[in-house]
Amino acid sequence: MGLLKVSASPHIRHEDTTRVLMSDVILAMIPLFIWGAYIFGPRVITVTAISVISCVLFEYIFNLIVKKPCTVGDMSAVVSGMLLAFNLPATIPLWIPVIGALFAMVIVKGIFGGIGKNIMNPVLAARVFLFASWPGHMTNYSEPLVRLSFFDKITEADAVSSATSLTVLKGGELPDVSVFDMFIGNMAGCIGEISALLIIAGGIYLLVRKVITWHIPVSFVLTVALITFVFAPDNVSSLNFMLSEILSGGLMIGAFFMATDYVTSPVTPLGRIIYGIGCGALTVFIRFFGGYPEGVSFAILIMNLFVWYLDRATKPTKFGGRVKNAKA
Amino acid sequence: MSKEKTSIKKIFTDGLFDKNPILVQLLGTCATLAVTTSVSNGLAMGLSTTAVLVCSNLFISLLRNFIPKEVRIASYIVVISGFVTAIELLIKAFLPEINKSLGVFIPLIVVNCIILSRAESFASKNKPFLAMLDGVAMGAGFTMALVVVSAIREFLGSGTFLGVRVTPVSFEPALIFIMSAGAFFTLAFVIAGMNKIMDSVKKKAEKKEVK
Repeated sequence: MGLLKVSASPHIRHEDTTRVLMSDVILAMIPLFIWGAYIFGPRVITVTAISVISCVLFEYIFNLIVKKPCTVGDMSAVVSGMLLAFNLPATIPLWIPVIGALFAMVIVKGIFGGIGKNIMNPVLAARVFLFASWPGHMTNYSEPLVRLSFFDKITEADAVSSATSLTVLKGGELPDVSVFDMFIGNMAGCIGEISALLIIAGGIYLLVRKVITWHIPVSFVLTVALITFVFAPDNVSSLNFMLSEILSGGLMIGAFFMATDYVTSPVTPLGRIIYGIGCGALTVFIRFFGGYPEGVSFAILIMNLFVWYLDRATKPTKFGGRVKNAKA
Repeated sequence: MSKEKTSIKKIFTDGLFDKNPILVQLLGTCATLAVTTSVSNGLAMGLSTTAVLVCSNLFISLLRNFIPKEVRIASYIVVISGFVTAIELLIKAFLPEINKSLGVFIPLIVVNCIILSRAESFASKNKPFLAMLDGVAMGAGFTMALVVVSAIREFLGSGTFLGVRVTPVSFEPALIFIMSAGAFFTLAFVIAGMNKIMDSVKKKAEKKEVK
């Protein structure tokens, strides 16, 4: 009798819930967090804690106010909080993550309908918001291995800031940091973006756990690599220039952890590859020609807006549906 | 007589709330987004638009029986641009500071859709006095919305009100609010707030009627 039961799809069920997936993402990000705390000092822990707590709190309060079911349990707010902190320099004033969390959770995510409905990646939108609002604080990078204690008060006069490799690359020159240091993450930058090694390791873990697919990160990074290799300035080695470009700034963390966000990336494999290529091309264009040295967040946000079109344009044919170029 | 009284009241509630040009009809948003970086700019823009609106409404209403239907839009634009030129020259002569900060947006009042829409939908169908009142009401609604939006933007984006610092020194203004992105955020929230208020007013009125 059981065989004859008729039920609505889906017929194949899986125990993956948002919570399981998000916990995997958190697990993949923990090495980045530890590395950030090692390079920039315990202040990283304070910044991340504030960011995570405010994200969770704002999501909870917003759900209460609009009388929606509480979605804090799915852990997505924790992921957003960690990613937001990873996008800030370690010297950031401690009130900035709170504002960023408010913007990400309430304006970008909550108002558009909560998890699954936002048209842009909340964390990146918050980063761009903070970047446009307080550019001084957002670009005040500390030197690697100059460790800041838990509650160091940093004023702009402290001049801890150091130029990142991206500023140097923008000038068409190679940064002082060696490619190896960039790869393991011994350089100035935002808390979670510095170590390409650990980001790739986390990305591979997510790939193995099937949380993400290879399409977006690979097409994103390859596009950047290709364009920067072909259009490297004449006076520097193309290979070094390309490696510096892909290891600097937020490219790695953007490709593995931000562009792959479920809600704001296409679902079809071809759509994902086009999306990744678009992200990569825009990143390089903004880095080369734009007003800011870094273009990853803008590139991903712009491509976020095309996701709906990409999904529609690359919709697979239904089984038994019309065959393309069919000849009788 | 009584009929005219109610319609005057209606003209004002329409202009300020029910048909507020920015917050309800979403007309003239380009000017709104561009000039509301500070309260003084918003106020100046609102008042100069109101002046043009009142004059153009009055004259279009006076001429409404002489303008052939086929060329009415062109005729309205001629009337409107005449008044805009006058206002622009006056502002240049007496308020050079305002002229500097508003720049090209003063001549652009000519193409402000609020003015053309009032000419087409109200002034060309009503008597001069009512048309003038409509100009005052719509202009007041426009100015009100501009001042609200620009007050929020100036407060968050520069920490000042009418150029006077009103926030403690430790408050660091969010630059995004004086950029165009901030204009969109602010306008959206002001419209949302306006809708909320209008809804609750309507509900109250309905309750009263039931009682």
